[in-house]
Order: sequence, then structure tokens, then C-alpha cells
Amino acid sequence: MPLFAMQPILRRIVRHVAQLHPELFERLGDSCSKQFLIDAKGMPFLLLLRPDPENLMLVAKSRHAEIPYDVLVSGKFVTLLRMIDSKTDSDALFFNRDIAVTGDTEAIVALRNALDDMDATLADDVATAFGPLRGPVRASIDAANKIVGSKT
Amino acid sequence: MSEFIKPELVCPAGTPASLRTAVDAGADSVYCGFKGPTNARNFPGLNFTKAELSESVKYAHDKDAMVLAAINSFPTAGRTDIWKKSVDDAVELGIDAVIIADIGMAKYVAETHPDQRLHLSVQAGASSPEAINFYVERFNVKRVVLPRILTVPEIKRVHDAIDCEIEAFVFGNIGMMAEGRCSLTNYVTGISTNMDGVCSPASHVDYEPDEEDGLTTRLGDFAIDCISCGETAGYPTICKGRYDTAHKKNYYAFEEPISLNLTRLLPDLMRAGVTALKIEGRQRSRAYIRSVVSAFRDAVDAYAAGDEPDITELIALTEGHKETQGAFKSKSWR
Repeated sequence: MPLFAMQPILRRIVRHVAQLHPELFERLGDSCSKQFLIDAKGMPFLLLLRPDPENLMLVAKSRHAEIPYDVLVSGKFVTLLRMIDSKTDSDALFFNRDIAVTGDTEAIVALRNALDDMDATLADDVATAFGPLRGPVRASIDAANKIVGSKT
Repeated sequence: MSEFIKPELVCPAGTPASLRTAVDAGADSVYCGFKGPTNARNFPGLNFTKAELSESVKYAHDKDAMVLAAINSFPTAGRTDIWKKSVDDAVELGIDAVIIADIGMAKYVAETHPDQRLHLSVQAGASSPEAINFYVERFNVKRVVLPRILTVPEIKRVHDAIDCEIEAFVFGNIGMMAEGRCSLTNYVTGISTNMDGVCSPASHVDYEPDEEDGLTTRLGDFAIDCISCGETAGYPTICKGRYDTAHKKNYYAFEEPISLNLTRLLPDLMRAGVTALKIEGRQRSRAYIRSVVSAFRDAVDAYAAGDEPDITELIALTEGHKETQGAFKSKSWR
């Protein structure tokens, strides 16, 4: 899928999650204005997140572009997916070098803790952002989780 | 028939979701703190507002679990009102116990809220019967959380000589410093573990990758570890860094990244008279809390029923994938 076609989908996802979990921004504090660059290994693009309720942004970026960021988080796509879905412990992933973090450590710790305080899984929220398509989307996320779950 | 009285399982929570996870996984009680410097896990995005704690206490009580408020850092002159307000708020919310380290705050709780159950934090560093009984006699402390510097036989001797319950750490992060006394973070960053509630503040931590998949960890201006490709990492604390000294290069001068795991000593601790078993990790994720609390719930129940628990999965959650029984097994545990 070309990047321009992904942008409205990502915008929809981030707005939907923000609407469902306004408490997330309180936990983030000053870190909500930071730019988080997410490098999901194996994906053809990078994701850039700014979790600012006044100026929300989640966009796909080319791997060849120069992208200014405050924090870079990298790891396999499925590992990151399981982490934000609270299926694996992020500290354990870090100890094991399955994920790497550089840049503003305070911001990434705040984001990790804010996401971890969400009772519903992010995968559920992403799926519901797709309205009538939530079933197939959820099934795809579960399939990805199952693949990595069987390998770990 | 078991020879043990089943101990209370005391579990950590850094967020309301973690608290609910701990309760649902089988915690008898959950300890947590308010946002700010009044507790020893003052990390970004962590801890509770008064409203969040109020809802959390209700959730726990509805499921017959207790909530303990950690107000266990040390106030400095001009700032004591923040700690006193935290105590007042916790009492107002119907907290089951307040965990205090500072002797002045112990006095405040005893005088202002004489009916409030009071626990003495590990941060108070009280390890002798004389010290513990002082707190019991002066402030009506009902339980002491013992520093992680005593062997099991020593814990038994303390138990026989004090007039309150004992809570002992059984799993999680461990340092070799006497609790409440470490100033290494203060020395490097100007921020105090004991007075600001944060060891190795994230604002001062930097991870610098290199081209060979290595990683340099810095705290403030100091490199505290250089991790090669394939090596496991640990928390960015000075006490678990590697250094060059006159005698040895690139070695853990203080302590290796390692976690306390006393699963195999649980029967001994229970025989020694330990009332409550504490899991460290308010800074850890819900996934960690779910796994560790469930595993310990099963282990405690199995031992209490006279069975052998399966404890093999806990190692994956330890720091550096290494575990120790620390001073509980031997005074020279390195």
C-alpha cells in the first residue's frame, strides 16, 4: 500500500484511541508533545507519533527520509505489537535486547506507562476504529500475535 | 496437612490497570503510591491521583483485597506538607495500611490518625529487634518490611524478638545497598533516590547504540555500561554498571544485573514467621504483574497445601535473565 493511502487510516486510528482514552494524555504529561519514531523491523515504512491531544499525529514515513524525532523505538513488528497489547513485559524485552530505545528516555518511559494503564488492548481499539471491518482487522492482529507467540 | 500458615501475598501496582491486574491475579494486598516525590517509584507516567486511588481501593475491597499506600520517601525541610497531605488523602480513602519510612511521618500518622494501620517501609532500614521495637512502641507500627540484608535464620531471630508482623521481599529488583541509605544517583544527577523518590531518573538516562549492535548506557555525564551485541541489559543504575578499576577492566564493580527470586526459600520464610511476602516492581508492566503474581499465588498455595509448585517460568522476567537468593541464603551472595 502506498504511504499516502495509509495516512487517513493511521489518522483515524490515532483519533479513535485518543477519544477512547483521554486519561492517557494526563499520564504522558509534558511528553505528549514529543515525536516518537517507531521502527517496526520488517515493515516497509516507519511510523511517527506525536500523542498531543491538541495536535495529534500518527503518520507513515519512508525509510529513506530524514525524520526529526525525540525518541526512536525499534523492534520486530510482532514484538512491538505484543508489547503495546500488554502481552509481554517491555522491561524484559529491553533486558533481552528484543527492543531498543534511543533519545528522550523520560518520554518513552511515560508513553510506556500511559499505554500500560489502558485496560482494553490497543489491538481492540485499533480494530474498533474500523467500524464494520473490526472483525477482520482484529482477526489479522490476532493472527500476527499467534505467529510470534508460537515462536517465543 | 500443611505445616504453614498461608502468608499474605503483597503485590506491586504503578497504575490503576496494574492494580486491577494484581487483584485479579490473586494478590491479597497491593501496594502503590501517589504521583510525585512521596514514594520511592517516582517515575514518569507512573502512580495514582487521589481520584484514581479512590476507585482502586473500591475495586480491591470489592474483591476482598487490601491496598497499602507507600509514602516511603524522606521529606526535607519546607516540603513536609506534601507528605502529610498524601497521608491524609490515603487515610480519607480508607487505605488498609500506610507504609512509612521517615520517622517524622511515622509520628505524624500515629498522632494525627491513631487508628490508621501503619507499616514500616524497607526504606527505613530497620533490621534489629531494638530498632523495630522502637517503632512499634513509639508509633504503634504493626508490620516491618525487612531490609534485604538478613539471612533466613536471622529473620527467624528477629521474628522471635519483635512485637509486630514481618514482610519480606521475595522477588524482583535487588541492590546491594542498605535500603534508604544509597546516594549514588544523588551523587551523579543531583536528584535523590530517598528524598525525590527516584533511582536513576529517566530524564538523565541515555542509551547510545553503536554500529555493531552494542549499547552504551549513560546516567548524566557518566557511561555506566557498554553492552556488546548479544549481551543482555539491565536497569540503568550505577550499582549495576560495569567499570574499569585498577584491578579489573569492564566488570560489575558493585553488583550484576540480577533479580531476587526466593521461590525455593518460601517454605523456610514461612517457617521463620514471615507474615507477608512482597513482590517488587511497581515500575513494571501489567504483563509482568500478571505473570509474577499468578506464579507466586500458585506457589504459595501449593506450598501451603504441602505440594511442590512449578516455578520455572519466572526466570524469563528477571533482570539480565539471572536470579539470586541474595543475603537471604548467604551473606556473601556474589
